[in-house]
Amino acid sequence: MAKSIDVSDLNIYYGDFLAVEGVNMTIPARSVTALIGPSGCGKSTFLRSLNRMHEVLPGAHVDGKVLIDGQSLYDPSVDPVEVRRMVGMVFQRPNPFPTMSIYENVLAGMRLNHQKIKKAAADDIVERALKAANLWKEVSDRLGKPGMGLSGGQQQRLCIARAIAVQPQVLLMDEPCSALDPISTSAIEDLIHELKTDYTIVIVTHNMQQAARVSEDTAFFNIAGAGKPGKLIEMNSTKKIFSVPDEPATEAYISGRFG
Amino acid sequence: MSTATVTPPEVPQSIPLTLKRPRLPRWAPILVGVGALAFGLLLGLSLAWNVPGILVAAALFYVVALPAWSLVVENRRAAVDRLMTSLVWLAFVVALVPLTSLIWTVIDRGAPQINSTFLTYSMFRTSLDQPTGIYHALIGTLLITVFAALIAVPIGIFAAIYLIEYGKGNRLAGGITFLVDVMTGIPSIVAGLFAFSLWILLFGPSARAGLGGSIALALLMIPIVVRSTEEMLRLVPDDLREASYALGVPKWRTIVKVVLPTALGGIVTGVPLAIARVVGETAPLLLIAGLTTRTNFNVFSDRMTTLPVLIFTQNANPGIPPAGGGMAPGVATAWGGAFVLIVIVMVLNLAARVIGRIFAPKTGH
Repeated sequence: MAKSIDVSDLNIYYGDFLAVEGVNMTIPARSVTALIGPSGCGKSTFLRSLNRMHEVLPGAHVDGKVLIDGQSLYDPSVDPVEVRRMVGMVFQRPNPFPTMSIYENVLAGMRLNHQKIKKAAADDIVERALKAANLWKEVSDRLGKPGMGLSGGQQQRLCIARAIAVQPQVLLMDEPCSALDPISTSAIEDLIHELKTDYTIVIVTHNMQQAARVSEDTAFFNIAGAGKPGKLIEMNSTKKIFSVPDEPATEAYISGRFG
Repeated sequence: MSTATVTPPEVPQSIPLTLKRPRLPRWAPILVGVGALAFGLLLGLSLAWNVPGILVAAALFYVVALPAWSLVVENRRAAVDRLMTSLVWLAFVVALVPLTSLIWTVIDRGAPQINSTFLTYSMFRTSLDQPTGIYHALIGTLLITVFAALIAVPIGIFAAIYLIEYGKGNRLAGGITFLVDVMTGIPSIVAGLFAFSLWILLFGPSARAGLGGSIALALLMIPIVVRSTEEMLRLVPDDLREASYALGVPKWRTIVKVVLPTALGGIVTGVPLAIARVVGETAPLLLIAGLTTRTNFNVFSDRMTTLPVLIFTQNANPGIPPAGGGMAPGVATAWGGAFVLIVIVMVLNLAARVIGRIFAPKTGH
């Protein structure tokens, strides 16, 4: 069910400000693609343009093409809500719904969309999603408790469970481990490894080791200076990027000479 | 060339680090407080002042004496700290004086009036020996306020949802926010005149009804409801909205199922507070709901008395005081009505707190 993503000549704007310029890339299905680069270079903006979350901010818009499985996301006849059902997202900070229990949080994607599900089917979905997110063992005895009562790492895995419960084609992760301790980070990285057999995963990370550990391909974004648009510098297999990158800028960034 | 005396390079002496300084004892403020009272009493009794004079003298003594003592024993910083702390406490006490005095007076004079007759009989009577009470005004206040809330709460909440969720940054929203701010300040009599003219334009010059009063009160409530709801919606983190959008939930459903439940505690807390703000309004109701001695359950027609209007009119026409001395019957009724009104406002405020606690998002601890 995973789909590949083709991006061509994508320009992303905040109002009049061009934030990301001329991105061309192909994100392969059933693999992990990491986006790296210095702060403010447009990685997160680019990620958010992949499920039309970018336009939630007033004035933000995009031109260019994003194709998922041959369908253009920015076609005027496309409903952004449908896109977001197909492309799930995990955010930087864990954001479980505070009014809902753990159980309801996992089901939020269905319940909020008013899908009628039988109790047995719902139990099944919750168990499957929580097991997939490596959280089942820790919370199976307190599914009725509020999601906010979990630790940060558990909350983040709950958010991942919530995102995969709706069975998206693609999972976008915006620095999912930046607010977590090393143990929770490692749990989530293991989870990413397991999830890539079913999902196309795109992950933004500031942690180069993490990119090297979890991803098949890596895209390096850079920015020429403040106020200039971010650009995709290089996209290659992770192995190549971290050993013999094509671009000198990539090498400089990875070896820590700037950024 | 003078003979240069070579001074040996000074060994940088470590400045002795003392954390200990002379401090006033812990009970110093109490001691000064007692001393201030003694001073005030002494001065006041010798010069034959009254109680407020004595208290003012004591307060002044305290504000001067404690910092002075501190300046002598401690240091400048501590003295300024003592001075400011004393002033803040003094301001707090001064602010409490009229409040406690008002509540005490109302309880003292109003509470004895309360009995089952007072609460269950109206002012309507056919002979002078029949008992009277405030039942009609109680019913009037409850009905008019409930209808005002029914009008104002939905309008206020929906307006706030528009302002926060849809109108962010656009000109219409800016205009509405400005007008809401202006509306918070309109005098209640202006709201009353607006509702009054609306009512007589619609139903003729002699039309009076409780609902007209409700409209006037609703006008006063709307800005308060908008304001409090706006603040609460603003507190809902954008993370939650984005989490919901990212699950493919449409905007309106995100608002209904995620934003409103998260802010519900604050929103429902704001409603009783807005009601408490308008339940004591007199002027608009005097205009439009009129005055009657009978109990009227129908807000859609005929005059209706509310507690504030009753208090006002009873006080204006108190009747003849009883022969043996004491309050005139109208004055007694007014105090009783005021007591009931204050109880209603207090209950509303307590209800707001309880409701807010019940609906607040659970943290799981």
